[in-house]
Amino acid sequence: MSDTHTPATSAPVAEAHGDGHSHDDIARHVKGYMIVGGALLFCTVLTVALSYVDFDKMIGGHNWNFIIAMILATFKAGLVAAIFMHLKQEKLTIWQFLLVAAFFCTGLFLLTLLHWVDPIFGTSRSTHF
Amino acid sequence: MQIPHEVTARPDTGLYNAKLGIWLFLASEVMLFGGLFSAYVFLRVGSDDGYWPHGLLNVPIGTFNTAVLIASSVTVVMAWASLKMRQWNKYKLYMGLTILAGVLFLFIKLYVEWPAKFVHFGAFIKKDKWTEYEQYLGNKHLADDGRPPRAEITGHLEAVEIAATEDAVKAFAEDHQLEVKPSEGKEGGEHTLIVEAKEEKEGVGPFTAEKLIKLPGVKPLAFEVKLDEVNADPNDPKNDRPTFWQRPLSEKVGRIKFEDISSWSAFAPKHSSYFAVYFTITGLHGAHVLAGVIVFCYFFFFGEKLYRKNPEHMANRVEVGGLFWHFVDLVWIFVFPIFYLL
Repeated sequence: MSDTHTPATSAPVAEAHGDGHSHDDIARHVKGYMIVGGALLFCTVLTVALSYVDFDKMIGGHNWNFIIAMILATFKAGLVAAIFMHLKQEKLTIWQFLLVAAFFCTGLFLLTLLHWVDPIFGTSRSTHF
Repeated sequence: MQIPHEVTARPDTGLYNAKLGIWLFLASEVMLFGGLFSAYVFLRVGSDDGYWPHGLLNVPIGTFNTAVLIASSVTVVMAWASLKMRQWNKYKLYMGLTILAGVLFLFIKLYVEWPAKFVHFGAFIKKDKWTEYEQYLGNKHLADDGRPPRAEITGHLEAVEIAATEDAVKAFAEDHQLEVKPSEGKEGGEHTLIVEAKEEKEGVGPFTAEKLIKLPGVKPLAFEVKLDEVNADPNDPKNDRPTFWQRPLSEKVGRIKFEDISSWSAFAPKHSSYFAVYFTITGLHGAHVLAGVIVFCYFFFFGEKLYRKNPEHMANRVEVGGLFWHFVDLVWIFVFPIFYLL
């Protein structure tokens, strides 16, 4: 096991490593994690509940349920990334990785918009989207 | 050999090695799932009116599984926090709970959700035959209400009507616990038979039906389907949109002529683009959950030695495993609404 070469440390807590996570920090974060967990559960229930409201009929137009569900999902994903994955206080290097991924991923999704200029003949979305 | 920056951060990036590695990996995962999600968008916008199903999945179970994953995201970050605070017993508790949540998620998916799909039956009716099946499809009512039409009749496959001699299906019927009864009519000089399950509750099963109609000398004539409520009472406005609780099967049996069907199958990947992309994405996601559970089991059962030697190194490992786990949760946050709710 590679661990056998790791030097032993007597440091009881994490502050020696300068990663911004001291004992007190962590203790404070723990409460935040619980709150975020609760917020995510609440948003899940809200997403499910709102999916049964016929927004297209209520507001007029198309795909309102889709738009609303995606806004909620993006908010939830943002909470997970920012708080659970510590992106809020993460180093620039990681943000750079993610920016590249986000750029190409956005490109992939923009490709799907091609159905606007070249609709697939006879499909509902060629008229509804 | 001592590898530098296994535990401490590199001064230039501010990251220890494994964290740099996991984020590069997660960036590649964004592309992997991004590709599949964009495939979903293409398939959905390219689907014909009435051919993108809505309401075929079990929403209460999906919601429960979402809650299980969210809870596991909390417990895994708590496991990491416990290690940072050097509370080994608490770490074991939270990591154990995370593993249990992952196993529960997979159990529900593989033993509850998917098997129920594989015994359900759906038949898409040819467009020019929709009017003949109006009593099951209710398309006039939907059109009056400005809603997309129904193209499919779903339910439980009770019986298959075939044209064949009894000898042609006798051995097959015995192997599959099926009962063969003579039917009234005649088709091309051959007797028509009704093939149904011996146990009424079981039904024939779509996969068994596929094998049956491929037997030599067997010509399929019609399916008898115990209808889902949406097809049993298609003009009832409460069936216009799916409901949270899945409605039980109706007692009504519908007869669908084989020649009027454009495609039929279980709710399996080949059923439609919808189920194809559903099984692909949830299958790949499930594989990620399994991978996470395996890694966490290693941390749970074999982590103590490293913890005693270098607790910070152990905490870093759990942080990196946790980052992967949160990403899996994050993917599910999008998977759940697009397949179950929309």
